[in-house]
Amino acid sequence: MSIVFEKPHALSDVGFHYCPGCTHGIVHRLVAEVLDELKLEGETVGVASVGCSVFSYNYFECDMVQAAHGRAPAVATGVKRANPDKVVFTYQGDGDLLAIGTAETIHAATRGENITVVFINNCIYGMTGGQMAPTSLVGQVTQTTPYGRKIETQGWPINGCELVSQLEGTALAQRVAVNNVKNIREAKAAIKKAFTYQTEKKGFTFVEVLSTCPTNWGLSPQESMKWMEENMMPQYPLGVYKDKGAKGE
Amino acid sequence: MAKVTFNENACKGCYLCVDVCPKKIIKKATDRLNVKGFNPVEVTEQDQCIGCAFCATMCPDVVITVEK
Repeated sequence: MSIVFEKPHALSDVGFHYCPGCTHGIVHRLVAEVLDELKLEGETVGVASVGCSVFSYNYFECDMVQAAHGRAPAVATGVKRANPDKVVFTYQGDGDLLAIGTAETIHAATRGENITVVFINNCIYGMTGGQMAPTSLVGQVTQTTPYGRKIETQGWPINGCELVSQLEGTALAQRVAVNNVKNIREAKAAIKKAFTYQTEKKGFTFVEVLSTCPTNWGLSPQESMKWMEENMMPQYPLGVYKDKGAKGE
Repeated sequence: MAKVTFNENACKGCYLCVDVCPKKIIKKATDRLNVKGFNPVEVTEQDQCIGCAFCATMCPDVVITVEK
């Protein structure tokens, strides 16, 4: 018998601290599988963010740096410029990337920094206990919007992929989800493409992954997947928003 | 002939694998708890497994190894 599926080598033996059903684990695994397949493990430096994914430096076997809140793309810029031959990626949540780190994200993209950003969008602040994130949906009940997010007071959600795709330096902006096997495979293909573009020095690559937070949404893992499909996908349509490597571009 | 094995003590009992299995052979093991205190999952009809690895693809905690 041959092995069809096993834990990727680029993932350490440390068990994830994430809640049951949290899709961070799936995305961690996809990144590790891509590092394995592209044989980049020893060539990669990851930058961990602040949020639930703060401990991602324990989970990847590559070198990792822990950045201050929101500053992962800025730290990744420094790492990449000092080590242009290394593959550099950041792994950030929505509170990190689109709230406190909006400036760093946008400016890394507009400078066309040759780094990969894996952006986990689950519409909520997970680690701090379920407060409203910039990506929280209109009407979504969170700890800080107990009557639902209101446009008059909190405004509209930010669509990260659309935002970053407007910038010239961006080589790839794609939104994927991890709610079923098909989408997980597409997510892996997108992450692989992002890392490949980086090795080809095409520019800033950005993969937004729609993710779940069963604990702070107050739903079961199964209900969370359904909630993502019904509520998040209309606001955050899946697809490729910019691809400099595609034919005709 | 395919075989699916679970790293039982890493399972957090989200049961996403149970829903995604096309043969519906993955079940919650109600007779025991793992070290984390969750009911893990088990496959009782191993011969029914087709080795599609859907369960392993869906598992957020990399609990599952699939051989074929």
